[in-house]
Amino acid sequence: MTLFRSSSKPSRQRGSMENFLLDNEDILFHLENMDIDRIITQKEDKFRDAKRYPYAPVDIADARDSYNKVLSIIGEISGDTLAPLAAEIDEEGVELINGEVKYAKGTKEVLDIFAKADLMGFSLPRKYNGLNFPAIMLSVAAEIVSRADGSFLNFGLQQDIGETLNKFGSDKQKQEVLPQLASGEIGCAMILTEPDAGSDLQAVNLRAHQSASGQWFLNGVKRFITNGNGEISLVLARSEEGQTGARGLSFFLYRRDEHMKIRRLEHKLGIHGSPTCELQFNNAPVVLVGERKRGLSKYTMWLMNSARLGIAGQALGIAESAYREADKYASERIQFGKSVREFPAVYEMLTEMKISIEAGRTLLYETARFVDMKEGLEEMQERYPDRKAEFKTDLKRYSRLSNLFTPIVKAYNTEMANKVTYDAIQIHGGTGYMQEFGVERHYRDARITNIYEGTTQLQVVAAIGGVTSGTVISIMDEYESEDFSHAENLHKELLKARHDFEKTLVGVKDVEGPDFVTYHARRLVEMATDLIIAYLMLRDAAHSDRKKKVAEIFIEKMLPRVKMSASFILEGKASLLANYKEVIG
Amino acid sequence: MGLNLIVLVKQVPDTQNVGGDAMKEDGTVNRAVLPAIFNPEDLHALEAALVLKDENPGSKVHIITMGPPSAVQVLKDSLYRGADFVALISDRKFAGADTLATSYALKCAIEKVGDYDIVFCGRQAIDGDTAQVGPQTAEKLGINQITNVSKIENIDIKKKEIEARRSIEGGYEIIKAPFPILLTVTDEGYPPRPPSVIRVMTYKNASAEMTEAGYDESYIDSSIDRISETAINLWDINAINADVESCGLAGSPTKVKEIESIILKSEDIKMVENTEDSISGMVHELISDHTLG
Repeated sequence: MTLFRSSSKPSRQRGSMENFLLDNEDILFHLENMDIDRIITQKEDKFRDAKRYPYAPVDIADARDSYNKVLSIIGEISGDTLAPLAAEIDEEGVELINGEVKYAKGTKEVLDIFAKADLMGFSLPRKYNGLNFPAIMLSVAAEIVSRADGSFLNFGLQQDIGETLNKFGSDKQKQEVLPQLASGEIGCAMILTEPDAGSDLQAVNLRAHQSASGQWFLNGVKRFITNGNGEISLVLARSEEGQTGARGLSFFLYRRDEHMKIRRLEHKLGIHGSPTCELQFNNAPVVLVGERKRGLSKYTMWLMNSARLGIAGQALGIAESAYREADKYASERIQFGKSVREFPAVYEMLTEMKISIEAGRTLLYETARFVDMKEGLEEMQERYPDRKAEFKTDLKRYSRLSNLFTPIVKAYNTEMANKVTYDAIQIHGGTGYMQEFGVERHYRDARITNIYEGTTQLQVVAAIGGVTSGTVISIMDEYESEDFSHAENLHKELLKARHDFEKTLVGVKDVEGPDFVTYHARRLVEMATDLIIAYLMLRDAAHSDRKKKVAEIFIEKMLPRVKMSASFILEGKASLLANYKEVIG
Repeated sequence: MGLNLIVLVKQVPDTQNVGGDAMKEDGTVNRAVLPAIFNPEDLHALEAALVLKDENPGSKVHIITMGPPSAVQVLKDSLYRGADFVALISDRKFAGADTLATSYALKCAIEKVGDYDIVFCGRQAIDGDTAQVGPQTAEKLGINQITNVSKIENIDIKKKEIEARRSIEGGYEIIKAPFPILLTVTDEGYPPRPPSVIRVMTYKNASAEMTEAGYDESYIDSSIDRISETAINLWDINAINADVESCGLAGSPTKVKEIESIILKSEDIKMVENTEDSISGMVHELISDHTLG
């Protein structure tokens, strides 16, 4: 009687026990070695939640154990369920039906699993049924989820928007919205971009006006809004009539009703599973978040920084997935009688891909650590106003560092993901250009990451101040206080590059005219990024011989890059600056 | 007013991820090399119970498993997914139990839980594939049973009645029956929910503890105390008042004579109607060609 042996039927190759945390040795390496004790101590503040919430940790070891267990569940859902659905989600895409967004079946299914697993409140406080996990763990999660499907953005959005509201919203706003975000019963969006306000958000023109009773209303159009169909959104709008620029903008909380229409969905190159909406507000009632006129300068900037970290994680995940596909293909593909992985041209590509992914990962965790330190210190200041002075110096330092590192990691990881996915197709050859392998999807999905939440060019603008003003030098000095005796020679090599970099920093300041630093800004930021990564790799090398070899290759390739930039900046004539008009007309 | 629900679950070797060394030379399963998992259809049975709990506030889901101490893992998994009470029946005297002895022990444990409305089992376990323990347990409890349930259509708490969809050859039938009842659940209608990470963090350190004092529900209301570390009840043969002669090897008439690996070739299928006459005819046919007997 084998009539009902349906339990053995395969269902879309699921249940194959893939776990995107446990199969990733580099993430596990970092989870074991990362220095997060102080982050936990601040985040859990004397582990006081343990008395009220049975799932709150009682000490540092307990917190770390919980992080690992929860990440492993995310790894399992991502590997076992989301990844096998990614190609289908990409093909099915999203649809606008009678003004409502319809997600791909797979997206909906996995969203439901995330909600049921209580994951949607990952970084929200426990009083709103969140997990109270730090940004560094969110970075790990963002990568794992995006490795499975680069278009699965709702999980990350929920954290960015939830955290922003948690930081700046009123108690009433928080109580109404945050438990719903944590349970996953509602989705959300950040509504910033307009047809004439992309990179330049100061030009935002969506009108917010206040009725005699004090109620705020929105009128106008927003464009390119990821998940604009979300029930809850944070909207940047012009509240001060006649006042141009950032000072005229405020931040509003909108709950979806009949006063907002989704006019259309964009047809995009990649991330097909994620709806990109054009929205029309018609007297839509909203409530003000925080103070008037601080919409862009304070709240949007905070939200964007949080989202930038998420996108650095997303890009890393897409790159990781593309690398694994390429490595697998290169091992299996036989040409000229051997696997193509054995040819120098291919294994060099693979090695560079892997090293740049590991570079992006260590940089991401370092950045998230700074962000966690900063946020933790701000929370401590709020909780203990009388001890404000005690936290002041550290807070200033970590604010500077997170403001510098966030654009750096966003730029590095997203450009890296584009390069890695490009090379992944190259390793596949003609096959990679076809749709039956995942790499063409990765290539398309990666392409948005260095555009949205600020293009790489804008990340350079955000980072260059910290590079030229000394923040970069001060963090390098700090790294110098660490013990690099396990890799003395590599450290000496690194110092040569640092010397070139510092010489360049001094040199650019001597050149007259504001255009000169702007012209070289990207090169300067990239030199700084190279050096920071080299320091982080030396630090990682203390725990692993393999990491020492990774550092060795990275530093060997970095030295001439930094030298070349130094030479171009200091010895070049900047002829492009003088002549570009004649060339491009 | 909620329902009292009991789910019988089993930890089994993962027979779907089998390596070359999965069988010992004597033809028995080499449990040491196979990862132990939650029997797949039992997860569906658990889900069916949890869905009823979600739909009927005030309901409680009790989980019982019999096995070695390592079987606490399926109980933890049950807690992670939403179970309220879990018990491991474990005793050296249960060792070597066949389906008869197992269902006897489970019956004793169910009676220890006390009042219940519905007992859920997976349709069958992937290690033995007998599909006998559920039906036998119902027999021993002296209650009704519906096997191969793919969906619970309706529950009437006032009338204490259930309507369930039962998969049969070529379709399904809807069966209505009074509580208490035992259901064996297929993997069709109740895809298991994921573990809740909040519950994982709550119960991750749960361990089995002997509860000689018997069934104790007091912890359910005091969930804020860090009760999680002792959330798993451990019941031995005395705790469930089982007769030692009916347990383990002593209570198991099944004796494995020999195990042989047979590769089945598909031949003609003969359909037998679900009537006394047809079944009796088939049994006689099998006896006469010496397949049985």
